Amino acid sequence: MSAMIEVTDLTKWYGPTLALDRASFTVEEGQIVGFLGPNGAGKSTTLRILTGFLPATSGQACVAGHDVLTDSLAVRRSIGYMPENVPLYTEMRVDEYLRFRAGLKDVPASKRREAVDRTVQRCWLTDVRRRLIGQLSKGYRQRVGLAEALVADPPVLILDEPTIGLDPAQIQAVRELIRSLAGKHTVLLSSHMLHEVERTCSRVVIIAEGRIAASGTFDELRENLADRQRVVLEVHPGDGGGGPAEIARAFAQVAGAGDVTHKNLGEGWLCVHVNPAGNADPREGLYSMVAKRGWRLREMRSEVPSLEELYVRITAGEAADADRPAA
Amino acid sequence: MDKVLLLTRREISAYFVSPIAYVAMALFLVIAGFFFALSDFRPGAPAAMRSIFDVMMVILVFVLPIITMRALSEEQKSGTIETLLTAPVTDVQVVAAKFLGSWLFFLAVLAPTLVFVVLLAAFSDPDYGPIASGYLGLALLGALYVAVGLLASSLTCNQVIAAVTAFVVLLMLAMVGPWLAAVAPPPWRGIIQNATIRKHYLDFSQGVVDLVHIVYFVALTAYALFLTVKVLESRRWR
Ligand SMILES: Nc1ncnc2c1ncn2[C@@H]1O[C@H](COP(=O)(O)OP(=O)(O)O)[C@@H](O)[C@H]1O
Ligand SMILES: [Mg+2]
Repeated sequence: MSAMIEVTDLTKWYGPTLALDRASFTVEEGQIVGFLGPNGAGKSTTLRILTGFLPATSGQACVAGHDVLTDSLAVRRSIGYMPENVPLYTEMRVDEYLRFRAGLKDVPASKRREAVDRTVQRCWLTDVRRRLIGQLSKGYRQRVGLAEALVADPPVLILDEPTIGLDPAQIQAVRELIRSLAGKHTVLLSSHMLHEVERTCSRVVIIAEGRIAASGTFDELRENLADRQRVVLEVHPGDGGGGPAEIARAFAQVAGAGDVTHKNLGEGWLCVHVNPAGNADPREGLYSMVAKRGWRLREMRSEVPSLEELYVRITAGEAADADRPAA
Repeated sequence: MDKVLLLTRREISAYFVSPIAYVAMALFLVIAGFFFALSDFRPGAPAAMRSIFDVMMVILVFVLPIITMRALSEEQKSGTIETLLTAPVTDVQVVAAKFLGSWLFFLAVLAPTLVFVVLLAAFSDPDYGPIASGYLGLALLGALYVAVGLLASSLTCNQVIAAVTAFVVLLMLAMVGPWLAAVAPPPWRGIIQNATIRKHYLDFSQGVVDLVHIVYFVALTAYALFLTVKVLESRRWR
Protein backbone atom coordinates (compact mmCIF):
# COMPACT_ATOMS: atom_id res chain seq x y z
CA MET A 1 0.00 0.00 0.00
CA SER A 2 1.24 3.44 -0.82
CA ALA A 3 0.15 6.89 0.20
CA MET A 4 -2.35 8.37 -2.26
CA ILE A 5 -2.62 11.66 -0.42
CA GLU A 6 0.33 13.03 1.46
CA VAL A 7 0.14 16.32 3.28
CA THR A 8 3.23 17.73 4.95
CA ASP A 9 3.33 20.84 7.14
CA LEU A 10 0.59 22.52 5.20
CA THR A 11 0.03 26.11 6.32
CA LYS A 12 -2.50 28.57 4.92
CA TRP A 13 -2.96 32.20 5.80
CA TYR A 14 -5.95 34.13 4.49
CA GLY A 15 -4.47 37.57 4.90
CA PRO A 16 -4.11 37.82 8.68
CA THR A 17 -6.18 34.68 9.43
CA LEU A 18 -4.34 31.44 10.01
CA ALA A 19 -6.61 28.73 8.60
CA LEU A 20 -4.14 25.83 8.54
CA ASP A 21 -1.20 25.44 10.87
CA ARG A 22 1.45 22.91 9.79
CA ALA A 23 -1.06 20.17 9.11
CA SER A 24 0.35 16.76 8.17
CA PHE A 25 -1.43 13.49 7.42
CA THR A 26 -1.49 10.72 4.85
CA VAL A 27 -4.21 8.67 3.22
CA GLU A 28 -3.31 5.20 1.96
CA GLU A 29 -4.55 3.80 -1.30
CA GLY A 30 -8.03 2.27 -1.23
CA GLN A 31 -9.02 3.71 2.14
CA ILE A 32 -12.01 5.78 3.06
CA VAL A 33 -10.83 8.44 5.43
CA GLY A 34 -12.98 10.89 7.33
CA PHE A 35 -11.66 14.41 7.74
CA LEU A 36 -13.40 15.48 10.90
CA GLY A 37 -13.53 18.86 12.53
CA PRO A 38 -15.89 21.58 13.74
CA ASN A 39 -16.98 24.38 11.42
CA GLY A 40 -14.12 26.71 10.59
CA ALA A 41 -11.47 24.12 11.49
CA GLY A 42 -9.87 24.29 8.05
CA LYS A 43 -11.36 21.25 6.29
CA SER A 44 -12.53 23.00 3.15
CA THR A 45 -9.30 24.94 2.97
CA THR A 46 -7.29 21.72 3.04
CA LEU A 47 -9.47 20.09 0.37
CA ARG A 48 -9.21 23.17 -1.84
CA ILE A 49 -5.44 23.04 -1.61
CA LEU A 50 -5.46 19.33 -2.46
CA THR A 51 -7.58 19.95 -5.55
CA GLY A 52 -5.37 22.81 -6.72
CA PHE A 53 -8.09 25.45 -6.34
CA LEU A 54 -6.07 27.36 -3.76
CA PRO A 55 -2.34 27.40 -3.08
CA ALA A 56 -0.94 26.75 0.37
CA THR A 57 1.11 29.48 2.01
CA SER A 58 3.77 26.88 2.80
CA GLY A 59 4.14 23.15 3.08
CA GLN A 60 3.61 20.38 0.58
CA ALA A 61 0.77 18.23 -0.64
CA CYS A 62 0.91 15.31 -3.06
CA VAL A 63 -1.99 13.43 -4.61
CA ALA A 64 -1.39 10.17 -6.49
CA GLY A 65 2.32 10.96 -6.45
CA HIS A 66 1.99 14.42 -8.03
CA ASP A 67 2.70 17.70 -6.29
CA VAL A 68 -0.46 19.83 -6.19
CA LEU A 69 1.42 23.01 -6.99
CA THR A 70 3.92 22.02 -9.65
CA ASP A 71 1.93 19.24 -11.28
CA SER A 72 -1.59 20.56 -10.84
CA LEU A 73 -3.05 19.18 -14.08
CA ALA A 74 -1.90 15.63 -13.30
CA VAL A 75 -3.40 15.94 -9.82
CA ARG A 76 -6.68 17.25 -11.19
CA ARG A 77 -6.82 14.38 -13.67
CA SER A 78 -6.70 11.86 -10.85
CA ILE A 79 -9.26 13.55 -8.60
CA GLY A 80 -13.03 13.62 -8.46
CA TYR A 81 -14.00 16.59 -6.29
CA MET A 82 -17.31 17.55 -4.81
CA PRO A 83 -17.07 21.01 -3.23
CA GLU A 84 -19.08 22.08 -0.21
CA ASN A 85 -22.69 22.99 -1.13
CA VAL A 86 -22.34 21.18 -4.47
CA PRO A 87 -22.22 23.97 -7.05
CA LEU A 88 -23.87 22.91 -10.33
CA TYR A 89 -25.02 24.51 -13.56
CA THR A 90 -28.72 24.72 -12.84
CA GLU A 91 -29.74 25.36 -16.44
CA MET A 92 -28.35 22.02 -17.65
CA ARG A 93 -30.02 18.63 -17.68
CA VAL A 94 -28.51 15.94 -15.47
CA ASP A 95 -27.12 13.73 -18.23
CA GLU A 96 -26.09 16.71 -20.33
CA TYR A 97 -24.09 18.03 -17.38
CA LEU A 98 -22.45 14.67 -16.70
CA ARG A 99 -21.52 14.25 -20.36
CA PHE A 100 -20.02 17.73 -20.39
CA ARG A 101 -17.97 17.04 -17.26
CA ALA A 102 -16.86 13.65 -18.57
CA GLY A 103 -15.51 15.43 -21.65
CA LEU A 104 -13.66 17.98 -19.52
CA LYS A 105 -12.13 15.13 -17.57
CA ASP A 106 -10.65 13.42 -20.63
CA VAL A 107 -13.17 10.61 -21.02
CA PRO A 108 -12.92 9.87 -24.77
CA ALA A 109 -15.99 10.88 -26.80
CA SER A 110 -16.81 7.26 -27.66
CA LYS A 111 -16.93 6.25 -23.98
CA ARG A 112 -18.83 9.22 -22.58
CA ARG A 113 -22.31 7.83 -23.04
CA GLU A 114 -21.34 4.63 -21.30
CA ALA A 115 -19.61 6.51 -18.47
CA VAL A 116 -22.69 8.67 -17.94
CA ASP A 117 -25.06 5.67 -18.01
CA ARG A 118 -22.92 3.86 -15.48
CA THR A 119 -22.73 6.76 -13.00
CA VAL A 120 -26.39 7.65 -13.43
CA GLN A 121 -27.29 4.12 -12.38
CA ARG A 122 -24.76 4.01 -9.63
CA CYS A 123 -26.01 7.23 -8.07
CA TRP A 124 -29.73 6.39 -8.48
CA LEU A 125 -30.35 9.20 -10.90
CA THR A 126 -32.10 7.20 -13.61
CA ASP A 127 -35.53 8.75 -12.94
CA VAL A 128 -34.25 12.30 -13.15
CA ARG A 129 -31.57 12.08 -15.82
CA ARG A 130 -33.59 14.20 -18.27
CA ARG A 131 -34.56 16.81 -15.68
CA LEU A 132 -33.07 20.27 -15.30
CA ILE A 133 -30.64 20.36 -12.38
CA GLY A 134 -32.23 23.57 -11.12
CA GLN A 135 -35.51 21.73 -10.56
CA LEU A 136 -34.03 18.93 -8.47
CA SER A 137 -34.33 18.62 -4.70
CA LYS A 138 -31.28 19.04 -2.50
CA GLY A 139 -30.87 15.27 -2.15
CA TYR A 140 -30.84 14.72 -5.88
CA ARG A 141 -28.42 17.58 -6.45
CA GLN A 142 -26.09 16.06 -3.92
CA ARG A 143 -26.20 12.82 -5.93
CA VAL A 144 -25.54 14.71 -9.15
CA GLY A 145 -22.47 16.18 -7.43
CA LEU A 146 -21.34 12.70 -6.45
CA ALA A 147 -22.01 11.39 -9.95
CA GLU A 148 -19.96 14.25 -11.36
CA ALA A 149 -17.05 13.33 -9.09
CA LEU A 150 -17.33 9.69 -10.17
CA VAL A 151 -18.01 10.03 -13.87
CA ALA A 152 -14.40 9.81 -15.03
CA ASP A 153 -13.73 6.98 -12.57
CA PRO A 154 -10.83 8.79 -10.85
CA PRO A 155 -8.58 6.96 -8.37
CA VAL A 156 -9.03 9.66 -5.72
CA LEU A 157 -12.30 11.17 -4.51
CA ILE A 158 -12.41 14.30 -2.40
CA LEU A 159 -15.83 15.06 -0.98
CA ASP A 160 -16.52 18.14 1.14
CA GLU A 161 -19.39 17.46 3.55
CA PRO A 162 -21.16 15.05 1.19
CA THR A 163 -24.19 14.41 3.39
CA ILE A 164 -24.82 17.86 4.83
CA GLY A 165 -28.43 18.98 4.45
CA LEU A 166 -29.80 15.57 3.48
CA ASP A 167 -32.65 13.76 5.21
CA PRO A 168 -31.89 10.49 7.03
CA ALA A 169 -32.90 8.18 4.17
CA GLN A 170 -30.76 10.14 1.71
CA ILE A 171 -27.84 10.15 4.14
CA GLN A 172 -28.14 6.39 4.36
CA ALA A 173 -28.08 6.04 0.57
CA VAL A 174 -25.10 8.34 0.09
CA ARG A 175 -23.24 6.54 2.87
CA GLU A 176 -23.79 3.20 1.20
CA LEU A 177 -22.61 4.58 -2.10
CA ILE A 178 -19.43 5.92 -0.53
CA ARG A 179 -18.76 2.66 1.29
CA SER A 180 -19.10 0.78 -1.98
CA LEU A 181 -16.13 2.77 -3.31
CA ALA A 182 -13.66 1.31 -0.81
CA GLY A 183 -10.77 -0.63 -2.28
CA LYS A 184 -11.06 0.66 -5.82
CA HIS A 185 -11.00 4.33 -4.93
CA THR A 186 -9.27 6.35 -2.27
CA VAL A 187 -11.77 8.63 -0.58
CA LEU A 188 -11.19 11.63 1.67
CA LEU A 189 -14.46 13.06 2.92
CA SER A 190 -14.94 15.88 5.36
CA SER A 191 -17.61 16.12 8.01
CA HIS A 192 -18.26 17.92 11.25
CA MET A 193 -20.17 14.98 12.73
CA LEU A 194 -18.35 12.12 14.42
CA HIS A 195 -21.07 9.49 14.03
CA GLU A 196 -21.23 10.29 10.35
CA VAL A 197 -17.55 9.54 9.89
CA GLU A 198 -17.71 6.54 12.21
CA ARG A 199 -20.30 4.87 9.99
CA THR A 200 -18.66 5.53 6.65
CA CYS A 201 -14.92 5.59 7.16
CA SER A 202 -12.24 3.18 8.24
CA ARG A 203 -9.94 5.90 9.48
CA VAL A 204 -10.26 9.43 10.69
CA VAL A 205 -8.15 12.57 10.74
CA ILE A 206 -9.38 15.10 13.29
CA ILE A 207 -8.64 18.76 12.70
CA ALA A 208 -9.30 21.66 15.04
CA GLU A 209 -8.32 25.29 14.59
CA GLY A 210 -6.15 24.42 11.61
CA ARG A 211 -4.12 21.78 13.43
CA ILE A 212 -4.35 18.01 13.16
CA ALA A 213 -5.47 16.93 16.63
CA ALA A 214 -5.57 13.17 16.12
CA SER A 215 -5.56 10.56 13.39
CA GLY A 216 -5.81 6.82 13.01
CA THR A 217 -8.40 4.06 12.95
CA PHE A 218 -11.24 4.29 15.44
CA ASP A 219 -9.70 1.42 17.45
CA GLU A 220 -6.38 3.21 17.61
CA LEU A 221 -8.09 6.35 18.83
CA ARG A 222 -9.92 4.37 21.51
CA GLU A 223 -6.66 2.77 22.63
CA ASN A 224 -5.11 6.19 22.95
CA LEU A 225 -8.09 7.28 24.92
CA ALA A 226 -7.54 4.41 27.36
CA ASP A 227 -4.38 6.22 28.46
CA ARG A 228 -6.41 9.28 29.16
CA GLN A 229 -8.70 7.70 31.74
CA ARG A 230 -10.38 10.02 34.06
CA VAL A 231 -10.50 9.24 37.79
CA VAL A 232 -13.83 9.62 39.57
CA LEU A 233 -13.82 9.83 43.38
CA GLU A 234 -16.56 10.22 45.93
CA VAL A 235 -15.16 11.78 49.08
CA HIS A 236 -16.40 13.33 52.33
CA PRO A 237 -14.26 15.83 54.23
CA GLY A 238 -15.20 14.03 57.46
CA ASP A 239 -14.59 15.84 60.78
CA GLY A 240 -11.36 17.41 59.53
CA GLY A 241 -13.44 19.98 57.63
CA GLY A 242 -12.50 21.68 54.38
CA GLY A 243 -14.96 22.88 51.78
CA PRO A 244 -15.53 21.41 48.33
CA ALA A 245 -13.39 24.05 46.68
CA GLU A 246 -10.46 23.25 48.96
CA ILE A 247 -10.76 19.53 48.20
CA ALA A 248 -10.80 20.19 44.47
CA ARG A 249 -7.75 22.44 44.79
CA ALA A 250 -5.89 19.79 46.78
CA PHE A 251 -6.58 17.16 44.13
CA ALA A 252 -5.49 19.46 41.35
CA GLN A 253 -2.06 19.76 43.02
CA VAL A 254 -1.47 15.99 42.95
CA ALA A 255 1.28 14.99 40.50
CA GLY A 256 -0.25 13.92 37.18
CA ALA A 257 -3.62 15.58 37.73
CA GLY A 258 -4.99 17.95 35.10
CA ASP A 259 -8.25 19.80 35.44
CA VAL A 260 -10.58 18.87 38.25
CA THR A 261 -14.34 19.30 38.42
CA HIS A 262 -16.60 18.54 41.35
CA LYS A 263 -20.25 18.17 42.16
CA ASN A 264 -22.10 18.06 45.50
CA LEU A 265 -23.91 14.81 46.14
CA GLY A 266 -25.56 15.96 49.39
CA GLU A 267 -24.86 15.21 53.05
CA GLY A 268 -21.30 16.43 52.63
CA TRP A 269 -20.39 13.92 49.92
CA LEU A 270 -18.59 15.20 46.88
CA CYS A 271 -18.08 13.63 43.47
CA VAL A 272 -14.75 14.71 41.96
CA HIS A 273 -13.62 14.14 38.36
CA VAL A 274 -9.88 14.31 37.88
CA ASN A 275 -8.61 14.42 34.29
CA PRO A 276 -5.02 13.30 33.87
CA ALA A 277 -2.45 15.74 32.59
CA GLY A 278 -1.33 14.21 29.32
CA ASN A 279 -0.76 10.48 29.71
CA ALA A 280 0.14 10.62 33.40
CA ASP A 281 -1.51 8.41 35.99
CA PRO A 282 -2.55 10.37 39.09
CA ARG A 283 -4.38 7.53 40.89
CA GLU A 284 -1.78 6.75 43.53
CA GLY A 285 -1.21 10.39 44.37
CA LEU A 286 -4.94 10.96 44.68
CA TYR A 287 -5.28 8.13 47.16
CA SER A 288 -2.34 9.36 49.25
CA MET A 289 -3.94 12.77 49.39
CA VAL A 290 -7.18 11.28 50.69
CA ALA A 291 -5.32 9.25 53.31
CA LYS A 292 -3.11 12.16 54.42
CA ARG A 293 -6.05 14.50 54.95
CA GLY A 294 -8.13 11.85 56.68
CA TRP A 295 -11.03 12.27 54.26
CA ARG A 296 -13.60 9.52 53.88
CA LEU A 297 -13.64 7.72 50.54
CA ARG A 298 -16.52 5.58 49.34
CA GLU A 299 -15.75 5.18 45.67
CA MET A 300 -12.78 5.53 43.33
CA ARG A 301 -12.97 4.37 39.72
CA SER A 302 -11.49 5.05 36.29
CA GLU A 303 -13.58 6.16 33.35
CA VAL A 304 -12.54 5.95 29.71
CA PRO A 305 -13.93 8.93 27.83
CA SER A 306 -15.92 8.10 24.70
CA LEU A 307 -14.77 9.18 21.25
CA GLU A 308 -17.68 11.57 21.28
CA GLU A 309 -16.35 13.18 24.44
CA LEU A 310 -12.87 13.41 23.03
CA TYR A 311 -14.26 15.06 19.90
CA VAL A 312 -16.31 17.50 21.94
CA ARG A 313 -13.23 18.40 23.94
CA ILE A 314 -11.20 18.88 20.79
CA THR A 315 -14.03 20.95 19.37
CA ALA A 316 -14.05 23.09 22.46
CA GLY A 317 -10.36 23.64 21.89
CA GLU A 318 -9.24 21.91 25.08
CA ALA A 319 -7.38 18.85 23.90
CA ALA A 320 -5.87 20.60 20.92
CA ASP A 321 -3.00 22.08 22.88
CA ALA A 322 -2.32 19.28 25.37
CA ASP A 323 -0.01 16.61 24.03
CA ARG A 324 -2.44 14.82 21.82
CA PRO A 325 -2.79 11.20 20.90
CA ALA A 326 -1.38 10.73 17.45
CA ALA A 327 -1.21 7.42 15.67
CA MET B 1 -8.57 22.68 -28.24
CA ASP B 2 -11.21 19.96 -27.75
CA LYS B 3 -11.80 21.27 -24.28
CA VAL B 4 -12.04 24.86 -25.46
CA LEU B 5 -14.76 23.80 -27.91
CA LEU B 6 -16.54 21.78 -25.24
CA LEU B 7 -16.51 24.74 -22.86
CA THR B 8 -17.51 27.13 -25.62
CA ARG B 9 -20.49 25.00 -26.49
CA ARG B 10 -21.64 25.09 -22.89
CA GLU B 11 -21.21 28.88 -22.78
CA ILE B 12 -23.35 29.36 -25.86
CA SER B 13 -26.10 27.05 -24.71
CA ALA B 14 -26.11 28.85 -21.36
CA TYR B 15 -26.73 32.11 -23.26
CA PHE B 16 -29.63 30.67 -25.15
CA VAL B 17 -31.46 29.78 -21.94
CA SER B 18 -30.68 33.05 -20.17
CA PRO B 19 -33.50 35.61 -20.19
CA ILE B 20 -31.09 38.50 -19.73
CA ALA B 21 -29.31 37.60 -22.96
CA TYR B 22 -32.61 37.68 -24.84
CA VAL B 23 -33.44 41.05 -23.34
CA ALA B 24 -30.07 42.40 -24.47
CA MET B 25 -30.59 40.88 -27.90
CA ALA B 26 -34.04 42.43 -28.29
CA LEU B 27 -32.82 45.77 -26.99
CA PHE B 28 -29.99 45.73 -29.49
CA LEU B 29 -32.15 44.84 -32.47
CA VAL B 30 -34.80 47.45 -31.66
CA ILE B 31 -32.22 50.21 -31.30
CA ALA B 32 -30.31 49.09 -34.38
CA GLY B 33 -33.52 48.85 -36.43
CA PHE B 34 -34.56 52.27 -35.24
CA PHE B 35 -31.29 53.86 -36.36
CA PHE B 36 -31.34 51.97 -39.62
CA ALA B 37 -34.87 53.14 -40.45
CA LEU B 38 -34.09 56.68 -39.43
CA SER B 39 -30.79 57.32 -41.14
CA ASP B 40 -29.77 54.63 -43.66
CA PHE B 41 -33.06 53.36 -44.97
CA ARG B 42 -34.87 56.40 -46.23
CA PRO B 43 -35.49 57.86 -49.63
CA GLY B 44 -32.56 59.91 -50.85
CA ALA B 45 -29.95 58.39 -48.50
CA PRO B 46 -27.03 56.60 -50.12
CA ALA B 47 -27.61 52.85 -50.32
CA ALA B 48 -25.16 52.07 -47.52
CA MET B 49 -25.11 51.24 -43.83
CA ARG B 50 -22.62 53.81 -42.64
CA SER B 51 -24.68 55.47 -39.95
CA ILE B 52 -25.83 52.22 -38.46
CA PHE B 53 -22.27 50.87 -38.33
CA ASP B 54 -20.99 54.08 -36.76
CA VAL B 55 -23.65 54.26 -34.11
CA MET B 56 -22.96 50.63 -33.14
CA MET B 57 -19.81 51.86 -31.44
CA VAL B 58 -22.05 53.52 -28.87
CA ILE B 59 -24.97 51.08 -28.79
CA LEU B 60 -22.69 48.17 -28.01
CA VAL B 61 -21.16 50.02 -25.05
CA PHE B 62 -24.56 49.57 -23.43
CA VAL B 63 -25.49 46.16 -24.80
CA LEU B 64 -22.35 44.00 -24.60
CA PRO B 65 -21.67 44.46 -20.86
CA ILE B 66 -25.15 43.02 -20.25
CA ILE B 67 -24.25 40.02 -22.37
CA THR B 68 -20.83 39.38 -20.83
CA MET B 69 -21.55 40.24 -17.19
CA ARG B 70 -22.60 36.72 -16.21
CA ALA B 71 -19.67 34.95 -17.86
CA LEU B 72 -17.35 34.73 -14.86
CA SER B 73 -19.35 36.55 -12.16
CA GLU B 74 -22.04 33.91 -12.07
CA GLU B 75 -19.50 31.11 -11.78
CA GLN B 76 -17.98 32.87 -8.79
CA LYS B 77 -21.34 33.58 -7.20
CA SER B 78 -22.71 30.04 -7.51
CA GLY B 79 -19.37 28.40 -6.71
CA THR B 80 -19.20 26.52 -10.02
CA ILE B 81 -15.87 28.28 -10.59
CA GLU B 82 -14.50 25.72 -8.14
CA THR B 83 -15.57 22.70 -10.19
CA LEU B 84 -14.56 24.48 -13.38
CA LEU B 85 -11.03 25.32 -12.27
CA THR B 86 -10.40 21.99 -10.53
CA ALA B 87 -11.18 20.09 -13.74
CA PRO B 88 -8.11 19.27 -15.83
CA VAL B 89 -8.31 22.45 -17.90
CA THR B 90 -5.95 25.41 -17.89
CA ASP B 91 -6.97 28.95 -17.02
CA VAL B 92 -6.13 29.96 -20.59
CA GLN B 93 -8.54 27.38 -21.99
CA VAL B 94 -11.26 28.62 -19.67
CA VAL B 95 -10.82 32.25 -20.68
CA ALA B 96 -10.55 31.38 -24.38
CA ALA B 97 -13.83 29.46 -24.18
CA LYS B 98 -15.56 32.23 -22.26
CA PHE B 99 -14.44 34.68 -24.90
CA LEU B 100 -15.46 32.52 -27.85
CA GLY B 101 -18.82 31.77 -26.27
CA SER B 102 -19.68 35.42 -25.68
CA TRP B 103 -18.29 36.59 -29.00
CA LEU B 104 -20.12 33.93 -31.02
CA PHE B 105 -23.29 34.81 -29.17
CA PHE B 106 -22.69 38.44 -30.11
CA LEU B 107 -22.28 37.42 -33.76
CA ALA B 108 -25.55 35.51 -33.49
CA VAL B 109 -27.20 38.65 -32.13
CA LEU B 110 -25.74 40.52 -35.07
CA ALA B 111 -26.99 38.06 -37.67
CA PRO B 112 -30.56 39.41 -37.88
CA THR B 113 -29.15 42.78 -39.02
CA LEU B 114 -28.32 41.09 -42.32
CA VAL B 115 -32.00 41.75 -43.03
CA PHE B 116 -30.98 45.38 -43.44
CA VAL B 117 -28.67 44.36 -46.29
CA VAL B 118 -31.48 42.41 -47.92
CA LEU B 119 -33.79 45.42 -47.59
CA LEU B 120 -31.22 47.73 -49.14
CA ALA B 121 -30.66 45.30 -51.99
CA ALA B 122 -34.41 45.05 -52.61
CA PHE B 123 -34.92 48.78 -52.94
CA SER B 124 -31.64 49.97 -54.41
CA ASP B 125 -28.23 48.91 -55.55
CA PRO B 126 -25.89 49.02 -52.53
CA ASP B 127 -22.12 48.97 -52.65
CA TYR B 128 -21.23 45.71 -50.94
CA GLY B 129 -17.58 46.56 -50.22
CA PRO B 130 -18.13 48.99 -47.34
CA ILE B 131 -20.89 46.77 -45.99
CA ALA B 132 -18.54 43.78 -45.77
CA SER B 133 -15.74 45.84 -44.23
CA GLY B 134 -18.29 47.42 -41.89
CA TYR B 135 -19.26 43.99 -40.60
CA LEU B 136 -15.58 43.09 -40.20
CA GLY B 137 -15.11 46.23 -38.11
CA LEU B 138 -18.18 45.36 -36.08
CA ALA B 139 -16.88 41.84 -35.38
CA LEU B 140 -13.53 43.29 -34.21
CA LEU B 141 -15.25 45.95 -32.12
CA GLY B 142 -17.45 43.29 -30.54
CA ALA B 143 -14.39 41.17 -29.74
CA LEU B 144 -12.78 44.05 -27.86
CA TYR B 145 -15.97 44.90 -25.97
CA VAL B 146 -16.48 41.24 -25.05
CA ALA B 147 -12.89 40.95 -23.79
CA VAL B 148 -13.30 44.06 -21.62
CA GLY B 149 -16.62 42.69 -20.34
CA LEU B 150 -14.98 39.38 -19.43
CA LEU B 151 -12.19 41.13 -17.58
CA ALA B 152 -14.77 43.05 -15.57
CA SER B 153 -16.76 39.91 -14.78
CA SER B 154 -13.64 38.09 -13.62
CA LEU B 155 -13.13 40.76 -10.97
CA THR B 156 -16.39 40.37 -9.08
CA CYS B 157 -19.12 37.88 -8.24
CA ASN B 158 -21.71 40.63 -8.61
CA GLN B 159 -23.12 40.80 -12.15
CA VAL B 160 -24.34 44.36 -11.80
CA ILE B 161 -20.93 45.58 -10.69
CA ALA B 162 -19.36 43.64 -13.57
CA ALA B 163 -21.68 45.26 -16.11
CA VAL B 164 -21.18 48.77 -14.72
CA THR B 165 -17.39 48.37 -14.63
CA ALA B 166 -17.30 47.20 -18.25
CA PHE B 167 -19.67 49.98 -19.21
CA VAL B 168 -17.48 52.66 -17.61
CA VAL B 169 -14.28 51.34 -19.19
CA LEU B 170 -15.86 51.11 -22.64
CA LEU B 171 -17.38 54.54 -22.25
CA MET B 172 -13.90 55.90 -21.58
CA LEU B 173 -12.46 54.15 -24.62
CA ALA B 174 -15.29 54.95 -27.01
CA MET B 175 -16.57 58.35 -25.96
CA VAL B 176 -14.52 60.11 -23.30
CA GLY B 177 -11.36 59.37 -25.33
CA PRO B 178 -12.46 61.34 -28.40
CA TRP B 179 -13.66 64.19 -26.20
CA LEU B 180 -10.31 64.30 -24.38
CA ALA B 181 -8.53 64.31 -27.71
CA ALA B 182 -10.52 67.33 -28.74
CA VAL B 183 -9.69 69.40 -25.66
CA ALA B 184 -6.15 68.18 -24.95
CA PRO B 185 -3.11 70.36 -25.82
CA PRO B 186 -1.58 69.57 -29.23
CA PRO B 187 1.24 67.10 -28.36
CA TRP B 188 -1.26 64.94 -26.47
CA ARG B 189 -4.04 65.31 -28.95
CA GLY B 190 -2.53 62.95 -31.52
CA ILE B 191 -1.57 60.32 -28.98
CA ILE B 192 -4.98 60.21 -27.34
CA GLN B 193 -6.71 60.26 -30.68
CA ASN B 194 -4.72 57.26 -31.86
CA ALA B 195 -5.62 55.37 -28.71
CA THR B 196 -9.37 55.85 -29.07
CA ILE B 197 -11.70 53.29 -30.55
CA ARG B 198 -13.33 55.89 -32.76
CA LYS B 199 -10.11 56.58 -34.61
CA HIS B 200 -9.69 52.92 -35.55
CA TYR B 201 -13.30 51.92 -35.97
CA LEU B 202 -14.85 54.53 -38.25
CA ASP B 203 -12.69 53.71 -41.26
CA PHE B 204 -14.22 50.24 -41.57
CA SER B 205 -17.70 51.52 -42.44
CA GLN B 206 -16.15 53.61 -45.24
CA GLY B 207 -14.71 50.53 -46.87
CA VAL B 208 -11.17 51.09 -45.57
CA VAL B 209 -9.54 47.98 -44.12
CA ASP B 210 -6.25 49.17 -42.61
CA LEU B 211 -3.93 46.63 -41.02
CA VAL B 212 -3.15 49.11 -38.25
CA HIS B 213 -6.81 49.18 -37.27
CA ILE B 214 -7.01 45.39 -37.22
CA VAL B 215 -3.86 45.15 -35.12
CA TYR B 216 -5.28 47.75 -32.72
CA PHE B 217 -8.40 45.72 -32.04
CA VAL B 218 -6.70 42.33 -31.94
CA ALA B 219 -3.95 43.57 -29.64
CA LEU B 220 -6.30 45.28 -27.18
CA THR B 221 -8.60 42.25 -27.16
CA ALA B 222 -5.68 39.93 -26.49
CA TYR B 223 -4.43 42.21 -23.73
CA ALA B 224 -7.80 42.27 -21.95
CA LEU B 225 -8.00 38.47 -22.19
CA PHE B 226 -4.45 38.16 -20.88
CA LEU B 227 -5.42 40.27 -17.87
CA THR B 228 -8.48 38.07 -17.35
CA VAL B 229 -6.26 34.98 -17.20
CA LYS B 230 -4.05 36.79 -14.68
CA VAL B 231 -7.07 37.61 -12.52
CA LEU B 232 -8.08 33.93 -12.50
CA GLU B 233 -4.53 32.97 -11.62
CA SER B 234 -4.38 35.59 -8.89
CA ARG B 235 -6.56 33.41 -6.65
CA ARG B 236 -3.31 31.53 -6.22
CA TRP B 237 -1.67 34.38 -4.36
CA ARG B 238 -4.69 36.19 -2.97
N1 LIG C 1 -11.64 32.90 1.38
C1 LIG C 1 -11.40 33.09 2.67
N2 LIG C 1 -10.95 34.28 3.12
C2 LIG C 1 -10.69 34.48 4.43
N3 LIG C 1 -10.85 33.56 5.38
C3 LIG C 1 -11.30 32.35 5.02
C4 LIG C 1 -11.60 32.05 3.65
N4 LIG C 1 -12.03 30.77 3.58
C5 LIG C 1 -11.98 30.30 4.84
N5 LIG C 1 -11.55 31.24 5.71
C6 LIG C 1 -11.34 31.06 7.17
O1 LIG C 1 -10.48 29.97 7.35
C7 LIG C 1 -10.92 29.15 8.42
C8 LIG C 1 -11.13 27.73 7.93
O2 LIG C 1 -12.23 27.71 7.06
P1 LIG C 1 -12.71 26.39 6.32
O3 LIG C 1 -11.54 25.74 5.69
O4 LIG C 1 -13.84 26.78 5.41
O5 LIG C 1 -13.26 25.52 7.51
P2 LIG C 1 -14.23 24.24 7.52
O6 LIG C 1 -14.41 23.78 6.11
O7 LIG C 1 -13.53 23.25 8.38
O8 LIG C 1 -15.52 24.69 8.12
C9 LIG C 1 -12.17 29.79 8.97
O9 LIG C 1 -11.80 30.55 10.09
C10 LIG C 1 -12.64 30.68 7.87
O10 LIG C 1 -13.29 31.82 8.38
MG1 LIG D 1 -16.12 23.62 5.05
